[in-house]
Amino acid sequence: MAKITMVKAVTDALDEELARDENVEVFGEDVGKNGGVFRATDGLQAKFGEDRVYDTPLAESGIIALANGLATQGLRPVPEIQFSGFIFEAFDEIAGQMARQRFRHSGSRTYPVTIRSPYGGGVNAIELHSDDFSGLLAQIPGLRVVVPSDPYDAKGLLISSIRSDDPVFFLEHLKLYRSFRQEVPDEAYTVPLDKAAVKREGKDVSIITYGYMVRESLAAAEDLAKEGIDVEVLDLRTISPLDEDAILETVKKTGHVVLVQEAPLQGGVSGQVAALIAQQGVLSLDAPIGRVAAPDTPYPVSDAEGVWLPNKQDIIDEVKKTVNF
Amino acid sequence: MKKLDFESLKYYTGDEKPFQVLSQDGEVVDKDLMPDLTDEQLVDLFKEMIWSRVVGDRSTKLNRQGRLGFIAPTQGQEASEMASNYAMEKDDFLAGAYRDIPQLVKHGLPLAQAFMWSKGHYNGTKFPEELKALPPQIIIGAQYAQTAGIALGLKKKGTKNVAYSYTGDGGTSQGDFYEGINFAGAFHAPAVFIVQNNGYGISVPRAKQTAAPTLAQKGVAAGLPCFQVDGMDALAVYATVKQARDYAAEGNGPVLIETLTYRYGAHTLSGDDPSRYRSSDEEAEWHAKDPIERMRNFLTKKGLWTEEQENAYVDEVNAEVDAAVKELESQPAQTVSEMLKFEFVDTPATIQKQIKKYEEKEAK
Repeated sequence: MAKITMVKAVTDALDEELARDENVEVFGEDVGKNGGVFRATDGLQAKFGEDRVYDTPLAESGIIALANGLATQGLRPVPEIQFSGFIFEAFDEIAGQMARQRFRHSGSRTYPVTIRSPYGGGVNAIELHSDDFSGLLAQIPGLRVVVPSDPYDAKGLLISSIRSDDPVFFLEHLKLYRSFRQEVPDEAYTVPLDKAAVKREGKDVSIITYGYMVRESLAAAEDLAKEGIDVEVLDLRTISPLDEDAILETVKKTGHVVLVQEAPLQGGVSGQVAALIAQQGVLSLDAPIGRVAAPDTPYPVSDAEGVWLPNKQDIIDEVKKTVNF
Repeated sequence: MKKLDFESLKYYTGDEKPFQVLSQDGEVVDKDLMPDLTDEQLVDLFKEMIWSRVVGDRSTKLNRQGRLGFIAPTQGQEASEMASNYAMEKDDFLAGAYRDIPQLVKHGLPLAQAFMWSKGHYNGTKFPEELKALPPQIIIGAQYAQTAGIALGLKKKGTKNVAYSYTGDGGTSQGDFYEGINFAGAFHAPAVFIVQNNGYGISVPRAKQTAAPTLAQKGVAAGLPCFQVDGMDALAVYATVKQARDYAAEGNGPVLIETLTYRYGAHTLSGDDPSRYRSSDEEAEWHAKDPIERMRNFLTKKGLWTEEQENAYVDEVNAEVDAAVKELESQPAQTVSEMLKFEFVDTPATIQKQIKKYEEKEAK
């Protein structure tokens, strides 16, 4: 056990899987000798060689197509898209190809690809580096979308994703990479896909969230506790498919729910969660579903992140509105 | 100031003659390029071309009767498709597009399954274990981009096999076309990229795709050797593709080949009317270059082929088509529950619930 950052947890997961399975290959722009623009693949090429960890030409469609092609030959590719704002270059290869390959083959082939890609705001990045396009990805049938919120989950979920015989899009939040450390086992372990986790137990109100907003929600919960409001925080972890049972269970328990996401209101997966609750959990509700999300604009210029991104105070306000309805 | 010679930057000027082996009356015009094929292989290749023509003609009729679905006619492209495919080996990997069904069948997909794919039955793409191919690609260019990955995978396995892919003239304008050949080049991956230039992307003539005088020279941008070949000449196509295949298989990297060909029919049978954009003079000019007639003239002169042989073989192919149609029409009804099961190896709870729902509905 050691206290490590999330980016180190990602590196450790890749290290473990490269060592465990010779079919695992890590590639992308600057992931080789450079060790990745965030050092997520640091030291891996030196350890495993250029055949296992390698740089590619600068072309996202080509990168995911490379993964799709390698998968036909029995390999287990783990490509990286440098920033998930660049997914549009590769959207056919993700949504039109990878996600539907097993379906297109009527089940006769598998495509065990895990795409890693950073996203997320709060680090003053330039345009199209921080956008949260998780909702677009979550709407693609055949694709799992995994979003860890801490180092422990990041390592265990990434190992599960790589070992999965189905395609996974693994979103890594930029602000979570190095913002805190957590005790993480040195050896390989898995965290189950398709399963949400209660990150804080509470009885008055449920916050259902994912990604960096888990941190903000936990911080909001601590403040709210001082005012006598006991918040339960459910971290979705896999945002597609949703852990419907866990969502309905926490709603049943508290009767109040606030959905928190970093994406604009029209994006993300909160709308899908709200629809599920409206359809199957409405009789448990004592108040309308509360929502915290970014405004419906494109991601802002960096100096405006502070006023634009949802934060702890937005969550506190929405929780109070919901419990005092 | 010294004046720059812009003309010198053009690799091809467009004045070069594409590779040709046979004249239309079946005479060998280029002995040096004559491929090393036995009499038996020459007949075998020709039979594949006839097979493709007969299956193409029958498919059109079956489509008109509503017994097949999506069809992209291949008549006219038999030399380009079948002779290039003939140069490939069973363990080479095919990533074709929607017009490349004949190659896919000759590479190992049962004809009945090709018909199921056309009709839109999911059993059509339940590929046999040993079939080294992808289903026909609908997104133009995607097959090229993926071919780079397939080829790199083959290279890593250390086999002497290649990945090969086809696109049309319009497809060369796609980003994935360039990314595919560029990735394959950068990784020195064993790939053969074939551009079947039939003059039109649906209604848009080849000249509106690019100012490049040939499509072959697009390989220069990725550092690939590239060749233009008479796509109505089976022996020229075979000779070029066979050499390219062996060059790639030996570890020298990918090759790009442009075949100059023509489709006699429409772009697809889904409503395209070529008379809106092509003249009957132009069509007649290309019919006069018919690849089957040219090869038949050659083989007849060599005493390797007779009308009787051809009639008997056509009957054989028609019987094969009849059997495939019978198999197509005896497929079970498709179910949503089975489609849901195709989606994931490890089916998520949300999908399990939908499977249960549809199974109950289907049991009624």
